[in-house]
Amino acid sequence: MHIPKIVEIKRIINETKTVKTFIFDFKADDIIPGQFMMVWNFEDEKPMSISIIDEEKNEIGISIKKVGPFTENIHSMKVGDKLGLRGPYGHGFELKGSKILAVGGGVGMAPIAAFVEYGRRKKADIDVITAASTKDELLYMDKLKSTDITPYACTDDGSFGFCGFATEFMAKILQENDYDMIVTCGPEVMMNGIFEIAERLKIHAQFSLERYMKCGLGLCGQCCVDDMGWRVCVEGPVFSIEDVRLISEFGKYRRDASGIKHDI
Amino acid sequence: MMLEIDFCKVKLKNPTMLAAGILGSTAASLNWASRSGAGSVVTKSFSLNPNKGYKNPTTVEVSGGIINAIGLSNPGVDAFVEELKKIESSTTIIASIYGSSNDEFSQVASKIENYVDMIELNVSCPHAQKGCGASIGEDPELTAQIVKAVKNSVKIPVIAKLTPNVTDIVEIALSAEKAGCDALTLINSVGPGMKIDIETGNPVLSNKFGGMSGPAIKPIALRCVYDVYDAVEIPIIGVGGIADYKDALEFMYAGAKCVQIGTAIMYKGLDIFNEINDGIKKFMAKREYESIDELVGIAH
Repeated sequence: MHIPKIVEIKRIINETKTVKTFIFDFKADDIIPGQFMMVWNFEDEKPMSISIIDEEKNEIGISIKKVGPFTENIHSMKVGDKLGLRGPYGHGFELKGSKILAVGGGVGMAPIAAFVEYGRRKKADIDVITAASTKDELLYMDKLKSTDITPYACTDDGSFGFCGFATEFMAKILQENDYDMIVTCGPEVMMNGIFEIAERLKIHAQFSLERYMKCGLGLCGQCCVDDMGWRVCVEGPVFSIEDVRLISEFGKYRRDASGIKHDI
Repeated sequence: MMLEIDFCKVKLKNPTMLAAGILGSTAASLNWASRSGAGSVVTKSFSLNPNKGYKNPTTVEVSGGIINAIGLSNPGVDAFVEELKKIESSTTIIASIYGSSNDEFSQVASKIENYVDMIELNVSCPHAQKGCGASIGEDPELTAQIVKAVKNSVKIPVIAKLTPNVTDIVEIALSAEKAGCDALTLINSVGPGMKIDIETGNPVLSNKFGGMSGPAIKPIALRCVYDVYDAVEIPIIGVGGIADYKDALEFMYAGAKCVQIGTAIMYKGLDIFNEINDGIKKFMAKREYESIDELVGIAH
């Protein structure tokens, strides 16, 4: 039933100054990378991607960036504190082929991390690009390195790795490698750039979108995207490149809680 | 075609309608519902000015349905007109509007008349802000005033959507009909109701209370349609817990000419419209009915 399940925070990982990963006991065997939970802090409820899906321990991790009152409140919580989780919801990533390029921008790395772990277990060959504003904001670097994936890092200020956008770095890596698919999640401006690259090079790609949500279960229409009307909470959040071609608002605008459009 | 009907002189390709508040905030989703088989679609209720609605959680499942308190969020009529301009010509569109005064209702109605086929007055939302929704629909006199005000502002059909959360829905229905209403939609959501989380002691909905919808309210909605059909001459749209063609037939037998589907989309997706239409067609063929009109009111 679509009712929040009350869970205790089991463990907290301080990933960066602004991002923490919260670990919960949760039945994980039906969860697909790219899916999200509706997270309730008893004051508000927002969608958050699942970053860790551990079927052995039946644990999940949700990585949350501190950006406003809701996330600040969750960041102030301690192990043992409670949250309500509803889900998992949404259409997740689908593994196609065996040589994958995974690109995460900022906290968009969260669902990408879940996918990378899944892909590794399926013996896929995955290259990871992680992009952030600065070195201290690069997510999961140590965790990825411990799984013998060397993530390519991009920082806006050049404090680590490539100085510039993930899309600029991709140009080089795409020349040197033949990928079956690209998966990405991050600022829509970044994903739009990746969309154009994937279209030009005719590489299959999947994009995890984010929109303001209310019901999260496909009824209220808040997260429907133009012009097909698809729901980010049901048909998304992960959309294939064929679908993104038909999402006319992609990279252009999104709607707020009243439904008013804002440029991206 | 067997399912085609005439509703207030508007031709509908079939008697199923997308209910207000369900996938109805943008032209994109309204067109999608129409293409998926809905004979007509009702928009999310909108008002003169923008409204953010309530904070989440705004929806929670309960036994036999859901309770919701979305809070009538909408971008305001001027922004909504931009959406209405993008409605495909093959889509029959009904605008659901709300406000807290005769003036607000008339203003909104006048602004949208040229873009829609009919208007449905939301005088029945049970969790609306002050002066809106059910606070109007609980009062036969206030309901009549709103109906009159809107009828004086537009030439297209005006439908009043009523609340079951009254002692006598027939009284409200008669008052709306007397004021010139062209049709009635019965019913809006029931209650309001609530759900409490026992681990933390918190009501789940941020508004604490929300309107109940889904299969559990069907008997109540049916009874409202049945009672009002006996009392009024104007046509009725039945809504409340319809999930398959048999439910739709029950509402038609009770007196509804059209049926709206909302919550059931959560369980069956937009395929539900074709499923219900096919079911009604097969039933009619077997019993040799030639038009929907023959089904309306059989239970009386």
